[in-house]
Amino acid sequence: MIFKDFDPLKGKMLQILDQNGKLVQPKLEPTIDKDILLKMYHTMVLGRVSDDKAIQYQRQGRMLTYAPNHGQEAAQVGSIAAMKDDDWLVLAFRELNAMLYKGVTLEQSYLYWYGNEMGSKYDEGVRVLPINVPIGSQINHAAGLAYAAKLQKKDEAAIVYIGDGGTSHGEFHEGVNFSGLFDLPVVIVIQNNQYAISTPRRKATKAKTLAQKAIAYGIPGIQVDGNDPLAMYLATSVARERAGKGEGPTLIEAVTYRMGPHTTSDNPKLYRSDEEVEEWKLKDPLIRFKAYLIEKGYLTEEEDEQLYKDAKENVKQTFQKVETSGDVPLEDIFRYTYDEMTPNLNEQLDEYKAYLEKAGA
Amino acid sequence: MATKTLLEAVNEALDQSMEQDQSVVVYGEDVGFEGGVFRTTAGLQEKYGEGRVFDSPIAEAAIVGSAVGMAINGLKPVVEMQFSGFSLPAYNQIVTHVARFRNRSRGKYHLPLVIRMPYGGGVKALEHHSESLETLYAHIPGLKLVIPSTPYDAKGLLISAIKDPDPVIFMEPKRIYRAFKQEVPEEMYEVPIGKARIVKPGKDLTIIAWGALVREVEKAMKNTPDIDAEIIDLRTISPIDMDTIVESVKKTGRVLIVHEAYKTFGPGAELVSIVNEKAFVYLEAPPKRLAGFDVTIPLPRGEQYFIISPEQIAFEAKQLMAFKA
Ligand SMILES: Cc1ncc(C[n+]2csc(CCOP(=O)(O)OP(=O)(O)O)c2C)c(N)n1
Repeated sequence: MIFKDFDPLKGKMLQILDQNGKLVQPKLEPTIDKDILLKMYHTMVLGRVSDDKAIQYQRQGRMLTYAPNHGQEAAQVGSIAAMKDDDWLVLAFRELNAMLYKGVTLEQSYLYWYGNEMGSKYDEGVRVLPINVPIGSQINHAAGLAYAAKLQKKDEAAIVYIGDGGTSHGEFHEGVNFSGLFDLPVVIVIQNNQYAISTPRRKATKAKTLAQKAIAYGIPGIQVDGNDPLAMYLATSVARERAGKGEGPTLIEAVTYRMGPHTTSDNPKLYRSDEEVEEWKLKDPLIRFKAYLIEKGYLTEEEDEQLYKDAKENVKQTFQKVETSGDVPLEDIFRYTYDEMTPNLNEQLDEYKAYLEKAGA
Repeated sequence: MATKTLLEAVNEALDQSMEQDQSVVVYGEDVGFEGGVFRTTAGLQEKYGEGRVFDSPIAEAAIVGSAVGMAINGLKPVVEMQFSGFSLPAYNQIVTHVARFRNRSRGKYHLPLVIRMPYGGGVKALEHHSESLETLYAHIPGLKLVIPSTPYDAKGLLISAIKDPDPVIFMEPKRIYRAFKQEVPEEMYEVPIGKARIVKPGKDLTIIAWGALVREVEKAMKNTPDIDAEIIDLRTISPIDMDTIVESVKKTGRVLIVHEAYKTFGPGAELVSIVNEKAFVYLEAPPKRLAGFDVTIPLPRGEQYFIISPEQIAFEAKQLMAFKA
């Protein structure tokens, strides 16, 4: 029903909470348990604080490159929270908040951006695939996870994220089509943060919305205010329900904004105006979510302050641990290539060790 | 004469080629408005307009596939893959079409196009930003593969590549994009494709490298004055300048090949074969490869093991000199 009411071809976008936290669609307000709402908010606060700190650390030369999430917290948390525990999370690379919500630790995330592969080895039971840098390629992985779930009659679905720029990629289309063809339990979330590095959304496709791309593949697509956690939650719940009933994939376009640079090596001033950024500041997802929670009586100003304080402390301690973790052992760069070391790998490792020994290096 | 970085030299080659030849077009991801994530195409869109210099969608197959059509219909596309690790979505187009149109059409069509891509490790980057994938391109008949190691060569080789009637993969060693400056003539000039450069003549040992590794070899041998090495910068990986290599090895009797590409089936294997086939009886020691381990290039906290250091090069050079049959 929401797909009819919020038809992307008619220029409709789903919004439940406006930027001030006012319920503009009270009838659509999803019923979410208090502890889930609070988990969502806590994740967003930790996401926000650790994200901002990562940039600071990078500027101080203590962190490598980093892809900031600031502004996109609701797009991620609103959607991942509507999925089930056994569902799979398939990442691009700008989904810190979804990762945290799903059980990736902040330490692992920092470790990854610190240049250590161990940061991609998530805990047992955490159904998250590692960060996926080649744009567009992850959609097909989600399709495969979902196909396997379906064939084996497991009650699982996959949620997969991609950027607006990523929808230009051939593999995006192949993956959506594949998912649609086999009615796979996949939820595809496009985080339309308006830019692919320097290239604005309007320069990536003639299509008016990204959500409408679903139509050609015979699946529903909906444009959602990505800074509204409730709207994201609702759209994803409906998509998850469809998935569970064997009705196939859903495409959700989360309209949001990347407040920071593309990565720490990017200068957004080259391609966008300060006024534009200021406008989006007012739409900050944390502002409206906080107002909503306070209104509901689930959060007080004091608790909120404490949340930020705790998050800051957590981030500081976690980063310290990561920063002093050092380099990976030499053997580690070899040992995960195959199940067993091959003769040529053994030879190369031995030869290098011998060199280190003889050279006294 | 002005001194320039390798990056500036690439920019100048593009600029002058566009100025001289209206058919040259430049595009790729973030190439137009921003002038590229490394700024290699900075200023070009302003100068030549959005028709000839533009941002493409993130779609490498579309970038290269459209370049095929453009090249057939009168243009000379010079396209950019943002990083060589992201050239792989276009690999299908490159291998199945770019490399084959001349042969497929029995010479009726040919593709004067250039595919530029920054490549190589040592820049502390994320996954897929550090690869040295020259083997994948050198192996394909119908492609030329060119890799400059200096600003002077970067300009001259890129101008040659753009003028070349056949498709050229032009890999740019991003680690040395801004590492040093060199005098680069203002005017257009060509450095021939298919010719290696003798960086330093020598009589004891031949060392072959390309891209960012050439400098590492130079550093290594500067600190090893007791070995008089002949250093060869291959410059073109395909087609290989066999004569220069064979002549050098005939003189020195020893050869060390240094590359960051994976060792097994890598360019070094081909070079050793050439040496074996054409200069076997001159060899005084087994040819040696110092190459990237056969592993995914590590993220920065393990990359130092993978990156070949001048110390390692000097060590191998000494080992080779000490070899006695
Ligand atoms: C196949 C491929 N080509 C190029 C790149 C380089 N690259 C990294 S991020 C990016 C832009 C992505 O934009 P978008 O999909 O909108 O996601 P965002 O970065 O905005 O989250 C590009 C071109 C890549 N990672 N993969």
